[in-house]
Amino acid sequence: MMDDLKDHIESQLGEAINSTDVAFGELTLNARRAEILTVLTFLRDDPLCKFTQLMDIAGVDYPTRARRFDVVYHMLSMSHNTRIRIKITTDEDVPVLSSAAVFPNADWYEREAFDMYGISFENHPDLRRILTDYGFEGYPLRKDFPLSGFVEVRYDEGRKAVIYEPVNLPQEYRSFDFMNPWEGGKYDLPGDEKADVK
Amino acid sequence: MTTTEAIVNGGERNFTINFGPQHPAAHGVLRLVLELEGEVVQRVDPHIGLLHRGTEKLMEHKTYLQALPYLDRLDYVAPMNQEHAFCLAIEKLANIGVPRRASFIRVLYSEIGRILSHLLNITTQAMDVGALTPPLWGFEEREKLMVFYERASGSRMHANYFRPGGVHQDLPEALISDIYAWCEQFPEKLQDIETLLTENRIFKQRNVDIGVVTEADCHERGFTGVLIRGSGLAWDLRRNQPYEVYSELDFKIPLGKNGDCYDRYLCRVEEMYESVKIMKQCIEKMPTGPVMTQDSVFVPPRRAEMKQSMEALIHHFKLYTEGVHVPAGEVYSCVEAPKGEFGIYLVSDGTNKPYRVKIRAPGFPHLAAMDYLNRGHMLADVSAILGSLDIVFGEIDR
Repeated sequence: MMDDLKDHIESQLGEAINSTDVAFGELTLNARRAEILTVLTFLRDDPLCKFTQLMDIAGVDYPTRARRFDVVYHMLSMSHNTRIRIKITTDEDVPVLSSAAVFPNADWYEREAFDMYGISFENHPDLRRILTDYGFEGYPLRKDFPLSGFVEVRYDEGRKAVIYEPVNLPQEYRSFDFMNPWEGGKYDLPGDEKADVK
Repeated sequence: MTTTEAIVNGGERNFTINFGPQHPAAHGVLRLVLELEGEVVQRVDPHIGLLHRGTEKLMEHKTYLQALPYLDRLDYVAPMNQEHAFCLAIEKLANIGVPRRASFIRVLYSEIGRILSHLLNITTQAMDVGALTPPLWGFEEREKLMVFYERASGSRMHANYFRPGGVHQDLPEALISDIYAWCEQFPEKLQDIETLLTENRIFKQRNVDIGVVTEADCHERGFTGVLIRGSGLAWDLRRNQPYEVYSELDFKIPLGKNGDCYDRYLCRVEEMYESVKIMKQCIEKMPTGPVMTQDSVFVPPRRAEMKQSMEALIHHFKLYTEGVHVPAGEVYSCVEAPKGEFGIYLVSDGTNKPYRVKIRAPGFPHLAAMDYLNRGHMLADVSAILGSLDIVFGEIDR
């Protein structure tokens, strides 16, 4: 059934789709960024698809890639009881067309992706930060953003105001990477350097 | 409501009102900037994120087992339902099965979570429109349910009880019979709460025909859960995309007709009666046997085994320090949480930590529609609509 749907979408959308694959029983379309609105509108309106609900938009960051971000759309078809995932790629500078006109709830999802990854959306009605603090700088879910952040907040009794200061960790942040050096960890464990000393 | 400012233009007085962030009807920390013309709402701008803790970022820095407790802190009125979605995602990626007894226990506790959440919601919705007694009665029952949480997991709220491959510990016999005894008496208590609300004139005046959601709204705004069922759309993941043992259980999906705040209230009440039915069936049908799969590296060895076997001891140590390597891939798995579809989009790169976890919180699109739902309503209706959306900020701000 998943394969029928896949063939149907492939034949109808043609150029707008780069590739499709089915893994773990889930259908993924890798779409072309410029065609995202065509793809979403088609999936919503086509009688064999009827993906009338946009469930989620997620950003994913792959810093080593040329186009580092994935924008992942999850859609649900209640009438056919199926789900689909659409992925497009972008980078820090290239905006993605906003789907807020096709699905009103994309508004907030796109604001979240913008807030967390700095992915910009063209023609978005109101692209503001959503989850982070007023006046926040940086994009926290990018892989190069440190877990501890850059600023911390406290109430200053003397100045009677909430103030922002650079993060000061009394103990250095330690990343406990316990990966087994035999099957993954590509780094020297403390003490490994002694092996090379003659 | 803290500050007001009046803008006089052309003899008309438009108000901008700041609702929250500390307001009893905001159900947490929500700041709404309301633009009013007289008493009629022109525009609502919800400012969220005041409870943002960076759950998704934190989970990327923890092993899979260490990431699990963060799920409890999302929708903190029904913690185990969230754990469930994450466990299902891991199980799908790593291809782990769940023993039948564990499935029944999961369903049992998911339904306890549903009642916990609905009890909180309908009673505080009543409080938002002026009734003070229902919360007192409802919270008494919630307290008993939280004791069941504690007796199973050791914690009243942040349970960390569901694990990939099953649940952490088996339920003692006495606990199961106590849950059954609770199920016997709860419908009566719920009827008592209903006598306060269902036919209450003031409650109906405040809720009937307020915040009407049509079927088209449900589709284009991505609503799930009670919001769509209140509008008569028969969609429940427990029935339509059944997981665990829901397909073997007999329960009804209550539907509303008008899609207003009152129908959503009625749906939640009926769902609680159905949840009690599900819980009873779970207890009756629950087989004996293991509560964790036996053939997976995700499963810690039992304590007795560790006293005898060196391999078991090593396995235990590696499981809780290095964690388990989940095969690379990406999955989306979801459960019917009390508030709607709670989904986890999990990307694994084959290491011991999730590469990306996107949490699809059901309340997020609901709150996003606040502006749409409130336009043209009176100021007093804002809190009624907000109450009927069933908002919890733990999951929206994440």
